Amino acid sequence: MPGHTDKAFERDLQTLRDKLLAMGARAEAMIAESVLCLAERDSRLGKHVIASDAEVNRLEVEVDDLCRRVLALRQPAASDLRFITTALKIVTDLERVGDLAVNIAERAIDLNDAQPMPIYGDLPHLAQLAQTQLKDSLDAFVAGDAAKAEALLGRDELLDALFLKLFNDLLQLMMEDSKHVRRATNLVFVAKHLERIGDHALNIAEMVIYMVRGTDVRHPLSRELHRAHAS
Amino acid sequence: MTLGARFALGRLFERLTALAAALIVLALGVVLVDVLRDGVGVVSWRFFVDEPGAGPTEGGIFPAIFGTVALTLVMTIIVMPLGVGAALYLHEYASPTSRLAGLARAAVHHLAGVPSIVYGLFGLGFFVHALGGALDAATGQALKWAQPGLLWAACTLAVLTLPTVIVATEEALRAVPSEVRLASLALGATRAQTLGRVVLPAAAPGILTAAVLAVSRGAGEVAPVLLTGVASWLPDLPGSLSSQFMHLGFHAYVLATQSPDVDAARPALAGTVAALLVLTFLLNLVAIVLRARLRRGMEAS
Amino acid sequence: MEPVKVRIEGLEVHYASKRALHGVHLEVNTNEVLALIGPSGCGKSTLLRALNRMNEVLPGVKQRGSITLEGDRIDQMDVVELRRRVGMVFQRSNPFAKSIFENVAFGLRIAGLTSTSELAGRVEQSLVQAALWDEVKDRLGDSALALSGGQQQRLCIARALAVQPEVVLMDEPASALDPIATARIEELIHELKTRYTIVIVTHNMQQAARVSDRTAFLYMGELVEVGRTETIFTNPSMKRTEDYVTGKFG
Repeated sequence: MPGHTDKAFERDLQTLRDKLLAMGARAEAMIAESVLCLAERDSRLGKHVIASDAEVNRLEVEVDDLCRRVLALRQPAASDLRFITTALKIVTDLERVGDLAVNIAERAIDLNDAQPMPIYGDLPHLAQLAQTQLKDSLDAFVAGDAAKAEALLGRDELLDALFLKLFNDLLQLMMEDSKHVRRATNLVFVAKHLERIGDHALNIAEMVIYMVRGTDVRHPLSRELHRAHAS
Repeated sequence: MTLGARFALGRLFERLTALAAALIVLALGVVLVDVLRDGVGVVSWRFFVDEPGAGPTEGGIFPAIFGTVALTLVMTIIVMPLGVGAALYLHEYASPTSRLAGLARAAVHHLAGVPSIVYGLFGLGFFVHALGGALDAATGQALKWAQPGLLWAACTLAVLTLPTVIVATEEALRAVPSEVRLASLALGATRAQTLGRVVLPAAAPGILTAAVLAVSRGAGEVAPVLLTGVASWLPDLPGSLSSQFMHLGFHAYVLATQSPDVDAARPALAGTVAALLVLTFLLNLVAIVLRARLRRGMEAS
Repeated sequence: MEPVKVRIEGLEVHYASKRALHGVHLEVNTNEVLALIGPSGCGKSTLLRALNRMNEVLPGVKQRGSITLEGDRIDQMDVVELRRRVGMVFQRSNPFAKSIFENVAFGLRIAGLTSTSELAGRVEQSLVQAALWDEVKDRLGDSALALSGGQQQRLCIARALAVQPEVVLMDEPASALDPIATARIEELIHELKTRYTIVIVTHNMQQAARVSDRTAFLYMGELVEVGRTETIFTNPSMKRTEDYVTGKFG
């Protein structure tokens, strides 16, 4: 593929790509650490996650600035335009993932201060699934691989099902013994956060498909309903 | 070469060019001062409106002024349609590869380089003898047209000034932006309508300038009319196109070379030359004013 | 879909030895703005001029294929009639060295209209449509050359509109204008769309994106892609189009 005739434009796009990747890598690491913080009962990891959020937030602002600059100065079109708009949306998702990792870390620290509680086998599984989804979505973004992003869309149901099962199990635990309520609630939150991380990965994947193919795959049902209504 | 030497050389060159320019002004100044000083004595109202007397120092030069004006007028009437028409064809109709256009352009350039006495000989041979002779034969007259006269002199001058008119008119046509022609054509105008309603009106000041340039050139030429119609002494004004006539330029020549007492003729000579110069200057002035007006019009766009 | 106003089929244009256009199939719909974009020398201006047969003015142009205006072949039409129906606005504003009034009235006079009141009415109407009336109504007798560049270009648009064409061709109409004058021309194009079918050639891709409904991309004498402007600028289907609109031509 020939580069842009305007080399400064080419450099801007490369910088943008690099910053998004750095942000994605940071967010992935934060999830891993926050989950580890819970599993290993090591609150120092949690504190590190909380401290890391500042960097993700800084990158979000930088990516936003760069996108606005490119839009204002270069009037990008076609694939460039789709890349910039995708970047603008992905950056929000990544920032939210960072916040969720911080939330998980906070819950973990709270849990670590209390008596240990048997962690249900499904929680690490859920954590692992959420991380994989995020990693895959970012890989798809880097490679411009719509097929990979598409494959990811189907796996979200697994995440949802796992969360539901975990939720029911924890509810059961709380009903059995009220002294579990605080800790179990914390765990429900952790599970919910992981499920949300999966949703953000899904958003990223949808945007990647739009970026590569130029077709919007979001909310097919709502759009069909609207079209039926309009005609 | 050092920098200082280069600057010195540059200054030297600048001064040489300035000197060349000053020489031109000087030459004109000398001619003017000389003519005016010698002529001021004879230049009076009577000198301009009287017919010539028996000798070169007597009487006025009115027939010469009239002859010159009549000659250039007839010449203009002949040369303008011909020159403008040729320029229109060359610039507006002929394709760049046209052989006729190529030949015509070459002819124009060569015509401009021909010495003016050759025009005189050509006029005598072609207009007076060939054309005039044929005309007399056709109308059954003897020696009415087949002798030098106003019409043939004007025709000869017209041929002489044709290149000037063609080149100046082409210049004026070139100054009309081609987009304007396209706009007219795109509005459904034909080529002829485009020429008549858009191009010619826009080029009119330039074409007028061409006319004045031709007139001022033609008024000063003596050699071509020498053999085709001028008379050295003719108190009567020309009565028809076949009449002979007096001419300021030729009159000056006669006063300078043919009079028995050259010194006595000097004031009259100077007066005649002054009249000729004033006439030429006036025509040039008109040309300058017209050109300035044309340029103003173009700046506005 | 609007009915087809102009249909171009298998158009091929040669200048002397050079092929300027090859195998172009394109339809222009009624009351749409169609933008022709592409790098210099791609044939977009040639295509535009083919629509009112202005290529015939240039020597040595050969053309094959068919162009129809509402179903009638334009090469069999009287060229004067064709150019009355298909008006043109040029890159450089080119008013005649006449008054504002006479500029607008020119096409009407050429067409043989002599009634003073009718002329005055049509001139006013055209100037209003070209959004120039308010600026010149008090000085219709002044020279058109005294107007500003943007005003001159709108005058040229008014002049083209006066003969009530169906199609207006615009060859980079704003390329010599400042941004404000350009914005006015673009605004004008939006308004004219309701009455006329407009084909515009532009080097300025943002301008094509702003003013047109559909965009056609030409490259080296061929029509690469034509589609809704939004699609061409967000998701073109051809690689060449993509490279051109993103600035990857080198």
